[in-house]
Amino acid sequence: MPLGGVIFIVIFIALFGALLVWVATKTGGKPVYHPIKYEPYECGLPAQNKKDTKVSVKYYLTAILFILFDIEIIFMYPWAISFREFIATGQGAFVFISMMVFIAVFIFGLFWEVKSKALEWD
Amino acid sequence: MGKDIFEITVNGLKLVVIFLMMVQAVPVLVWLERRGSAFIQDRLGPNRVGPLGLMQLLADAVKFLTKENFVPDTAKPLLYYAAPVFALIPGAVAFSAIPMSTPLQIGTFELFGSTWGPYTFLIQGYDIGVGIVFILGISSLAAYTLLMAGWGSGNKYSLMGALRASAQTISYELALGLSIVGVIMLYGTFSLTEMTLAQQGPLNFNFMGHAVTLSWLPNWGIFYQPLAAILFFTTAFAESNRLPFDLAEGESELVAGFHTEYGGFKFNMFFIGEYGHMMIASGLMALFFFGGFGIPYLSVQEVQEWAASATSSAGGASALVALVHFLSFMAKFCFFLWVFIWVRWTLPRFRYDQLMDFGWKTLLPWSLANTIITAFVIYIASL
Repeated sequence: MPLGGVIFIVIFIALFGALLVWVATKTGGKPVYHPIKYEPYECGLPAQNKKDTKVSVKYYLTAILFILFDIEIIFMYPWAISFREFIATGQGAFVFISMMVFIAVFIFGLFWEVKSKALEWD
Repeated sequence: MGKDIFEITVNGLKLVVIFLMMVQAVPVLVWLERRGSAFIQDRLGPNRVGPLGLMQLLADAVKFLTKENFVPDTAKPLLYYAAPVFALIPGAVAFSAIPMSTPLQIGTFELFGSTWGPYTFLIQGYDIGVGIVFILGISSLAAYTLLMAGWGSGNKYSLMGALRASAQTISYELALGLSIVGVIMLYGTFSLTEMTLAQQGPLNFNFMGHAVTLSWLPNWGIFYQPLAAILFFTTAFAESNRLPFDLAEGESELVAGFHTEYGGFKFNMFFIGEYGHMMIASGLMALFFFGGFGIPYLSVQEVQEWAASATSSAGGASALVALVHFLSFMAKFCFFLWVFIWVRWTLPRFRYDQLMDFGWKTLLPWSLANTIITAFVIYIASL
């Protein structure tokens, strides 16, 4: 059963990686603490307060749009795999046109997204 | 994982060996990348440590190990330490699902006073029926690693790099997922082994009731899906955060992106993760479009007949067949790894808005077009 193998290798890699990190902390030189050295690296300038960091809302929007489109693409997978079987049973035209309607909605969504400037980065 | 203790042990060891081979291949690829870039840019590259500079790898590893363990004051230690460990997982887990050769048959034999076998060992970690979906799902988990590293470092630049990287990864995943729809339609299966076996022998297909054979071309996916091959390979660069899409790093604007605060071995583990993605992409490229482990123009059956005539035992014949196919896969695989390095030193980096535009407004519509055209041609060809 493949699931056993997947679980085994995930656990193995996690342990292996943890071991590597642990060994590297032991073999590495002893750090000397100094508050300036342990500031986050911002090209040598004094670090600004973390709360000042503003993140563009575009990233959030991109993630939402991604989910919409990704789900639509996932719908195409079962269709793609059974398309030839449907053709063999003589239902090719029906299945083909159904998917073209679906893709037309997809294209309309993409077109609308571009027109509403949801994808502009400036 | 198997029906008795021997099979379980071998399958477990196989997974560990695949993972360790991936980890071991990384220093070699780094060396190749540095030497290759040097020759592309007309300089020498690392050539002082050992023959051809090969011992440089060992020197680097020792240097990584002796770096002091640094955690910034603003970091969240759990996330900071966990991110590099998790970076290793998606690459190896997804790569184990790629078939690298034909199965190895082992007959019955005596060991420790009992009879074992017969066994069939796949030359891959595990054979998952929905191979493509599994690989896509697992390899997209890498976005979490980036976010963990970026958020856990407590650094502004790290966070920006991580956000950029994850936005880029998910955007290009659309075109990646859609470019494969044509491939799935072509082979009519999710199983990677069946896809490979569908690409045996010379180019032959049915067109409107006529069987067409072109004996001077191998039966590879690229001749049916050239556009999908280009789209898939382009998006694969973005998925593995390689130049020309390595905006995650963008050292001219973000210091080093999501791994700004990482050093020593933890940095090295991110590197292993990135090369792991390159390996998945190269393996899938070879598998979808260049016949996988198949030998050009020959079918697996023809190779088996040749092996049976060349060796005396059935076990030896299956080992020979597996070896020949494995070498064929490795040749294609290494070629695509080299293309990754080659492109990195040829193309300049995109700007961020250009990158997003390219993903959403160029690659996505083209992969949609590819899906429609493929469906149409398959339907017409079946008439």
